[in-house]
Amino acid sequence: MQAPLNQQIVISGVGGQGVLFVTRLLAEAAIAKGLAVLSSETHGMAQRGGTVLSHFKVGDFSSPLIRPGHADLLLALKAEGIAQHAAFLKPDGWIAVNAAAAPADGGNRCCLALDADRLARAVAPKAVNLILLGFALAASPAESENPLFCDLAEIQSVLQKRLDARPQLLENALAALAAGAAAPAAV
Amino acid sequence: MNRKNLALGNEAIAQGLLENGCAIATSYPGTPASEILSSLARLQRQTGAALHAQWAVNEKIAFEIAYAGCQAGLRTAVSMKQVGLNVAADPLMSAAYMGTSGGFVVISADDPGPHSSQTEQDSRLMAMMAKIPVLDPDSPAQARELVAVAYALSEAFRIPVMLRPTTRVCHARQDMAPLSPRPPERQPAFEKNPARWAATPKFRNQLHHELERKLAEIAIYPATAPLKLNAAGETPKAIVVSGVAAAHAREIMADLGIGDRIALYQVRQPFPLHTDFTAQLLAAHSEILVIEETMGVIEMQLADRQRVRGKLCGAVSRVGEILPEAVENSIRQFAGLPGRVPSLPTVPGRRPTLCAGCPHRASYFAIKRAAPRAIYTGDIGCYTLGLNLGAVDTVLCMGAAISQAAGFYHAFKNAPKPPDIVATIGDSTFFHAGVPALIDAVVQGVKFVLVILDNRTTAMTGNQPTPATGTGAMDEPLNRVAIESLVRGCGVSRCETADPYQLEAFTRTVRAAVKYSRSSGPAVVIARHPCLLDKRRQEAAALAQAPTVGDACDGCGYCLKNFECPAMGMDPETERVRIDPLVCSGCGVCLTICPQKAIAACARD
Repeated sequence: MQAPLNQQIVISGVGGQGVLFVTRLLAEAAIAKGLAVLSSETHGMAQRGGTVLSHFKVGDFSSPLIRPGHADLLLALKAEGIAQHAAFLKPDGWIAVNAAAAPADGGNRCCLALDADRLARAVAPKAVNLILLGFALAASPAESENPLFCDLAEIQSVLQKRLDARPQLLENALAALAAGAAAPAAV
Repeated sequence: MNRKNLALGNEAIAQGLLENGCAIATSYPGTPASEILSSLARLQRQTGAALHAQWAVNEKIAFEIAYAGCQAGLRTAVSMKQVGLNVAADPLMSAAYMGTSGGFVVISADDPGPHSSQTEQDSRLMAMMAKIPVLDPDSPAQARELVAVAYALSEAFRIPVMLRPTTRVCHARQDMAPLSPRPPERQPAFEKNPARWAATPKFRNQLHHELERKLAEIAIYPATAPLKLNAAGETPKAIVVSGVAAAHAREIMADLGIGDRIALYQVRQPFPLHTDFTAQLLAAHSEILVIEETMGVIEMQLADRQRVRGKLCGAVSRVGEILPEAVENSIRQFAGLPGRVPSLPTVPGRRPTLCAGCPHRASYFAIKRAAPRAIYTGDIGCYTLGLNLGAVDTVLCMGAAISQAAGFYHAFKNAPKPPDIVATIGDSTFFHAGVPALIDAVVQGVKFVLVILDNRTTAMTGNQPTPATGTGAMDEPLNRVAIESLVRGCGVSRCETADPYQLEAFTRTVRAAVKYSRSSGPAVVIARHPCLLDKRRQEAAALAQAPTVGDACDGCGYCLKNFECPAMGMDPETERVRIDPLVCSGCGVCLTICPQKAIAACARD
């Protein structure tokens, strides 16, 4: 029998990048699997282009916040998020970051980079968030001892349910997710 | 199948209201409380519940409408943020004396941190001051449960009950059982009783005695008694927690494996603190640590300074959000455990800024050009961020831009060369608290310019309608109030409306208003352009211009410093300004501001 799944993910970016949307997709994927979910998000003043940070916990938790040194994954939609938020990670935690090259300041942790901005200009201009999520989902089992609690197909199915009535948006979202999943990590 | 849903804390509170027969719910938007009423309005549309949900012009009005509903025997609720409760403090204090007929829940959401507020004040202290019970949920799920408890408590004692969630409850999301709405069962009935509902001071004294009797009984009311969260037996040490600190502590105690050594109690009703609990706690434990946000409300009711630790002795910080790492460090120290959780490095993040294409940016740019040495009094809303542009010098509270402009005028009016004064206020804030201040300024002949930044919505809190919008919380059509008529009705004789996107013409309008104000008193400019985030107003978006920076750019940085558009940045290779097409809204205002005229419009593909 498997141990109960407990996973803590920090998602960081700036206002307007869709940090909260990614968090919600992960949360709905967890609920679809019958897992308990807690998350915490930033609203109001911080959303006006300032740093946006989302704490996401799946499993047996009661606090909506992640303590430094406890996160399994940092999903950074801006490279500057690493300096600010890598301290949330536990020693074997890993990073998926939107950056042209793997940044040096991730410490000794496994840090996978993808230039999602560049990919977005070609695929879907406003979908850096989904491109990076697709990238992290595809990279997770192979690159990490600490795989994500859900997979690409489960996120696709959440997107399908959410955007059922808006086929054009759904098509773009799925394309962005797939583009991220197919992209190799930058070195 | 009983499928769970994902719910925001504020949605969970709305579910609780709908499940407990709330018939009238009112609010003025404010982070972190705004989504309570909007969720309720959405659930009302989905279920067709017989519920009146509305945005009011301010918290005082919202409170008074909902309070009258409970005087008519219905279950009602009002929601706001902690600073909004200050605005509603007047009716709150009085309603506590008069009590209720139906159930009345006052939801005041606090913002420790403060993530999006002027203060970190603790609404529980306001409940204490008003002498009403307050409930302090630790999670979205508990917030929903406590709505039911609050209505039962309110009706059992005929008293307003406060529910005090914090940001980490309001803006947490959690898996949640689906809604099971219960329609309001009662018919309204108002029992006339002027001795109570219109009591003169003599009767208020009696009502105060009655209120004290109620509080003594509420302090032994079983349904809100503190809970023991672990199985620890007769331990010398005990930790008392409330609100989200309870959620942090439960998890941390389990992680540290000290749940059998130190008793952990959760207080759900911080005021009045249960008298039996207080007696038992002090009898059973020799050392007690209290962790709560923001003030020491529970701690000060445990009046044994020898054995109680908390904010008063510095064991818990009095300032800021009590983050879980701080809770862990407090618990480690109290338990005598080694080690410390490091805090996150203080790396400067991005500061918030007005959106690309925000019409306020153009307004502020024009104001600075029209009155470069003026005193700029500002107000509460997105446009507070005009301080990045050096066009906001003061921010006090809702509506104060106008009254402070008056104060500066009176302070300087006998000076040899009085400065120009330009006040800025948003449309929603103007309706909220600006109108009385403008009336006063007119009466006193205050020489200043008021720029009403009218983006047709309450943008900061998620684009709620204003009295000028013409729709309500449930998208129902409503009457409109025109800002121009209101301004003229206040007695202002010079009022002009202009579009800040037409930067040159707009600047001339402000300049003329400044000139007028110097000789003749108040002048108002209504800067009207819809918010780009307001999805109801698509005409605001989709401009055809794609500004590009040409060879004439010498990298002087004037636009970056004075216009501060997030779409603009210096390209380190070319040493020229670059415009990011992913961020640019196409407003085209930057074409006008470049001193070298290096920015040109191309057709958008």
